[in-house]
Amino acid sequence: MIISVGIIAIFLVIALFLGIAASRGKDMSLEQWSVGGRGFGSIFIFLLMAGEIYTTNAFLGVSGWMYGKGGVAFYNIAMLNYVIAYWLTPKIWAYGKKHNLLSQSDFFEQAYNSRILGTLVAIVGLVALIPYLIIQLKGLGIIVSEASYGAIDPKITIWIGTIAMIAYVMVSGIHGSAWTAVIKDFLILGVVIFLGIYLPIHYYGGIQPMWEAIEAVKPGFLTLPDSGFSASWYISTIMLTSLGFYMWPHTFVATFSAKSGNALRNNAIMLPIYALFLLFILFVGAAGLLTAIVPGSLILMSAATLLAKNVVKPIRPQTTDQQIGIIARYSVPVIALVALYFTFSGGGAITLLFLMGYGLVTQFVPGVVCSLLKKNPLTLQGVFAGIIVGVTIVGWQAATGAHLSKLFPSWPSYIQDINIGFLALSVNILVSITVSAFTRKVTVQNV
Amino acid sequence: MTRKKLCYLLTFIAYFGMPLGIPFIKSTEPYILGLPFLLFWMVLWIFLGTGLMILVHRINPDAKEEVE
Repeated sequence: MIISVGIIAIFLVIALFLGIAASRGKDMSLEQWSVGGRGFGSIFIFLLMAGEIYTTNAFLGVSGWMYGKGGVAFYNIAMLNYVIAYWLTPKIWAYGKKHNLLSQSDFFEQAYNSRILGTLVAIVGLVALIPYLIIQLKGLGIIVSEASYGAIDPKITIWIGTIAMIAYVMVSGIHGSAWTAVIKDFLILGVVIFLGIYLPIHYYGGIQPMWEAIEAVKPGFLTLPDSGFSASWYISTIMLTSLGFYMWPHTFVATFSAKSGNALRNNAIMLPIYALFLLFILFVGAAGLLTAIVPGSLILMSAATLLAKNVVKPIRPQTTDQQIGIIARYSVPVIALVALYFTFSGGGAITLLFLMGYGLVTQFVPGVVCSLLKKNPLTLQGVFAGIIVGVTIVGWQAATGAHLSKLFPSWPSYIQDINIGFLALSVNILVSITVSAFTRKVTVQNV
Repeated sequence: MTRKKLCYLLTFIAYFGMPLGIPFIKSTEPYILGLPFLLFWMVLWIFLGTGLMILVHRINPDAKEEVE
């Protein structure tokens, strides 16, 4: 027990040290702080993105779902976002570089020449991000307390983890996230693969015997059920997450930190390799701690940038860029403490918001993708209306627990099981196109 | 077919190949490499998809343009 506590502590200290040292020799302007001066090569980008996918959700979610729901949990390794990433991220990056963008809201503001749209995107982004951060913190507490055999109180872990995060995010920004990602990945690589191979062989005499033992106890557990979490739920969820992945404000911003479009293309190709690690995911204390800290720090940083640059600035336009940089940094502890507060006090509402997260950020897809086309078919009003409608549907669904099977009981189950985020996205696209058609003459030209 | 179109076709296959097979997998049999078939199918597509995207990257004119 003392050993495991020691290991966790050592890795936390190394992470903190690297995270803070990462800022050395750089003048930390807002551009350095939030997008690393747009200088990250393929490897750093890969570590940042991979750290994002395989968060505490991978640690807790995969093993937990596997235990509770069976084959459905396989969706976690069924990633398709790399295919989208290959084409989408270099374009987002190029646009960001051309216009010196620092946040996702900047992108919308620039592409549609509207500060209000930028602020709307910032607010929807913040609503999706904060619960995400809270889940990371909760996961952190559970993982570390399990790994230390209950010796460490989850609350203490959450406090320590949060303080470490605040410290290196304030000092180093995205550089800190990138460097902690480096040790995290070495840990996962080593420990997880070892345990993933060792445990099945030790307890079941091999990997196939383990699956067969599960199938014997619970027949059908390793395939998909005919309704509910069926094949159409499975496929629509994989596709929704592949579309939504780069629409999170913090992953969107991470693309800006690349030094070239090819750094992002290489990253896209390498990403699936990382998915293989998930085959071996199990509870591992120190790695678990870092799986929360890496995405947590990225989230903190982009939330702070959003707040300072896309919410405060429009309210007080006379604020200078230097002041915005300072405000961004000092919002870090504020956002972290808000998240901490809800981590300790929040109940069902947080889970609800978290479930909505992917549905919410996916509503940015039409606005982003269309703005990258040679001739943007959507107008500002169209995108604005589309996001509002999409977000409303997602929010309404989460609040009422509505499900297609209740609304349309006579429809076949392969339609009923489609992830509701898809419905919201379809309505969003329809509204965007319709409103755009009517407002076409009002907007003069594309940016 | 232009190189760009070939790229899009390969990307299309890499994206839809895995999901299209899912509705037809009704049983854990056959086990391949010790994995139930559903899991094997997904692991297989991690490799196939990566292979396809490497190919795309090789022939993608956008990626070539950038090398200075």
